[in-house]
Amino acid sequence: MHVKIDELKTNVGLIKNLELSIGRIVEEKWAEPMGPTPFPEITTLREWDMKLLQRYKPFYLPFCDVCCLCTFGKCDLTGDKRGACGLNMAAQSSRIVLLACCIGAATHTAHARHLVEHLIEKYGGNSPLDVGGLNIDIEAPVTRLVCGIKPETLEDLEDALDYCEKQVTHLLSATHTGQEGSNLDFESKVLHAGMVDQVGMEIADLAQISVLGFPKADPEAPLTDLGWGVADVTKPVILVIGHNVPSSVGIIDYLKEKGMYNAVEVVGICCTAIDMTRYSPSMAKIVGPISWQLRFIRSGLPDLIVVDEQCIRADSLVEAQKIKAPVIASSSKNCLGLKNRTESPSEEIISDMVEGKVPGVLILDPEKVGEVAVETVMAVAPKRKKFKVIPEIEEIIKAAQECTQCNECMRACPNNMPIPEAMKAAAKGDLNPLAEILESCVGCARCDSACPNDFPLHSFMVKAGEKSLREEKFKMRVGRGAIQDVEIREVGGPIVLGEIPGIVALVGCANYPRGGKEVAEIAEEFAKRRFIVVSSGCAAMSMAMVKDEEGKTLYEKYPGHFEAGSIINVGSCVSNPHIAGAAIKIASIFAKRKLRANYEEIADYVLNRVGAVGLAWGAMSQKAASIASGFWRLGVPVIVGPHGSKYRRMLLGRKDIEKDWYVYDARTGDKVYAGPAPEHLFTTAETKEEAMVLIAKFCMRPNDTTKGRAIKLTHYVDLHKRLYGVMPGDIHLFVRNKADIPITMKNEILKILEERGWKEMRIPDPTLLPRLIRKRKGE
Amino acid sequence: MGVKAEPWQKAEIAGPKKALLMLKPEVVVAMVKRAKRPILIVGHLAAEDYSDDVKMIDYAIRMSKTAGIPVVATAHTVSEFVKRDFHSAACMTAMDIGNRLTDSEWKGLDGGGSYDLALFMGLPYYMEFVILAGLKSFSANLKTISLDRFYNPHATWSFPNLSVKDWDESFEIIVNKLGGK
Repeated sequence: MHVKIDELKTNVGLIKNLELSIGRIVEEKWAEPMGPTPFPEITTLREWDMKLLQRYKPFYLPFCDVCCLCTFGKCDLTGDKRGACGLNMAAQSSRIVLLACCIGAATHTAHARHLVEHLIEKYGGNSPLDVGGLNIDIEAPVTRLVCGIKPETLEDLEDALDYCEKQVTHLLSATHTGQEGSNLDFESKVLHAGMVDQVGMEIADLAQISVLGFPKADPEAPLTDLGWGVADVTKPVILVIGHNVPSSVGIIDYLKEKGMYNAVEVVGICCTAIDMTRYSPSMAKIVGPISWQLRFIRSGLPDLIVVDEQCIRADSLVEAQKIKAPVIASSSKNCLGLKNRTESPSEEIISDMVEGKVPGVLILDPEKVGEVAVETVMAVAPKRKKFKVIPEIEEIIKAAQECTQCNECMRACPNNMPIPEAMKAAAKGDLNPLAEILESCVGCARCDSACPNDFPLHSFMVKAGEKSLREEKFKMRVGRGAIQDVEIREVGGPIVLGEIPGIVALVGCANYPRGGKEVAEIAEEFAKRRFIVVSSGCAAMSMAMVKDEEGKTLYEKYPGHFEAGSIINVGSCVSNPHIAGAAIKIASIFAKRKLRANYEEIADYVLNRVGAVGLAWGAMSQKAASIASGFWRLGVPVIVGPHGSKYRRMLLGRKDIEKDWYVYDARTGDKVYAGPAPEHLFTTAETKEEAMVLIAKFCMRPNDTTKGRAIKLTHYVDLHKRLYGVMPGDIHLFVRNKADIPITMKNEILKILEERGWKEMRIPDPTLLPRLIRKRKGE
Repeated sequence: MGVKAEPWQKAEIAGPKKALLMLKPEVVVAMVKRAKRPILIVGHLAAEDYSDDVKMIDYAIRMSKTAGIPVVATAHTVSEFVKRDFHSAACMTAMDIGNRLTDSEWKGLDGGGSYDLALFMGLPYYMEFVILAGLKSFSANLKTISLDRFYNPHATWSFPNLSVKDWDESFEIIVNKLGGK
């Protein structure tokens, strides 16, 4: 409410020109009646969670036997021991997962809060939300589903943000000593954190798409340049790193305003890079995923580095100082110990950095970042002359000859790479093994820290691989944003009936066991098989970094439409809710299930009918944990790569326990065995081969028609035979009647069914929710 | 000479209860012989790592054949067993077999009852590390042995960090002495 009073006489005197704003008038804009769970509190959906957790039980994988979170401890929790507070290992393990998911949800929510406040300040709270024009009616499927509101303007998003912040606070409080004691209740809260995280992410992307002019659900979003070699290093180079785009926008806007298009090269690493190309695909370029930070900085190519928030190396300032490049920190969450110069005149800041009086500055104003970054880099670049800390070949050979083969580097390497062997070869002048290691290197530089001789081993690898790094020139489709309602209408039926075998979401960070090329291999395998392949974040970049014989990347070979056989980049980390949103919209638009605050029913629909699977092959962060947990609660299984085992808890079904796999037939109320589909909610794949077989298997759903199940079984059996060399041993659990059997495999499968004593099963109208049973026996 | 029980990946610290060091391969032989229901879990690295001529998977096959130990092949490792004309390996993800081993009600691959000894080889070090941790805390009646070349502290028993040569020799001894079972 806004009240303006020109003149008011009161007991205390005369008040003139008084203006008051109190809250906002909430106008009902959505005709659909409110569903059962608007703005759910942390126990509102507990019953749904327990249904999931009864089937998909936690398998705990603690890092360590002790709890060291309070001064009672350390407490040894091994086996059946309890800590001083009474907590056991199961609950402690869940508590750690909850902490990770709270960190993730808080990070995305804070990111969204910053973006929304910044954009409201710049563009006004009444700026309309528009993520796809007339192609999208349900602009915020997650927020509508969870909160029961239909946001129309930027300021409408604040209600949902208030909700997220409240929930994260409650959830985090549950991890305090002496709070929650049950592992399953911790797990329920993990799922809640994930759901809240999805809302936070959706708000962030909704706001930036709407106001910053990002592609709006555009299947033909332009291709952009990606790779080390795409940067024109003859120009001054600004490198931006992080996730929150306003400071990058400030740089591009300043360049545009000053007509300096061609004077400066703006490149990025991680999700800021993705979002920068959504803002300006012609002016911004992507160097690579998160793991490219050190190699690019040490190469000396960036003349100035701007960091915002999330996934930025904590030593970015230290590394930047080594190459004499100034740093601008632009987020209150990542100040790097730098002095806050937001209020200083730009000229002073620029002068201080150009003269080297300060290694960097903190500027919490994106427009000022733009001006200071551009003017500083113009002055700094000629002085720096691309000063680098990558050694020359002779230095590497000399160091290699001094290497004592102590193995400390290999023991520090997350992937146990044979660095000592490579050093042995380097001592003889052969740098190829070092270059090969770089191809699978996650860029952590733990080898550097471990080396007792202080050899910069990561830099040695970068030098060895320099030639191929320079040749890295790829095309990636700019993040398209949401999936159009019309696309959902077209594929909803084939997906639910199983005729499109599945949606595979390749998401997450770049902590890969054997390099990013595996992500591209997996993506192409499933695109060729006519799955819908969607991607986001670093995985979307890694997929682009492989070319075929004709020099084309996946994004050049496969369409960006949400259809069978496509490869889609939805955008950055905060774009992940477009993937969840697609599943939600299948239930809402195609199946016409009520959407508004109707979480349980929609999740039940997705679990039983939408063959979607997430694969986070290089998942590393707490954000990845919360993103995954948002998918679990919605009924979408997630597979992580081997390093994902370190999330320390899986949610595993037991296909050998028949009673776990009964669903209600909504037509009759009968409990019907539906088979282990999907078998797990969260698991680790050890190799890419295993991941591919699991993806095909996890796309099966109880609702599949016989035609659809036959198609899905064809892919599962075919991949299993090709990659494992044998028929799957559990095929009998997925064949419900003989019409499910793929024709080309009929004899082979029938033989197995006979051996296993298989009996025909009924195909139900599946649900886990008794309230959805339409007619009970005797009615 | 003392041998340090030091995790191969140095930051992988287990806690108060650490794996006992197997300084002699005969420990493995004795444990297998003592076990009523042993099981061998073989990850994909068993077919990759090691010398050019002999791979871990070949020892796994010899151990299984010699001592009658059932094998679970994780990931795509089953294809490597089949290539070697070994067809009795069960195929399961590492997480699935780990999870089943925490279930005292699970009757095993053959329905004959739960296992009392699980031997691991060929999984990525850090994956085996956390699976062994899960078994240490949630599988009270199960003993675990890490047969990899590196000390893995969440096992009940583990080799110390060994050279390839010492490791190879240990396996020869294990396979030969198991023949007496």
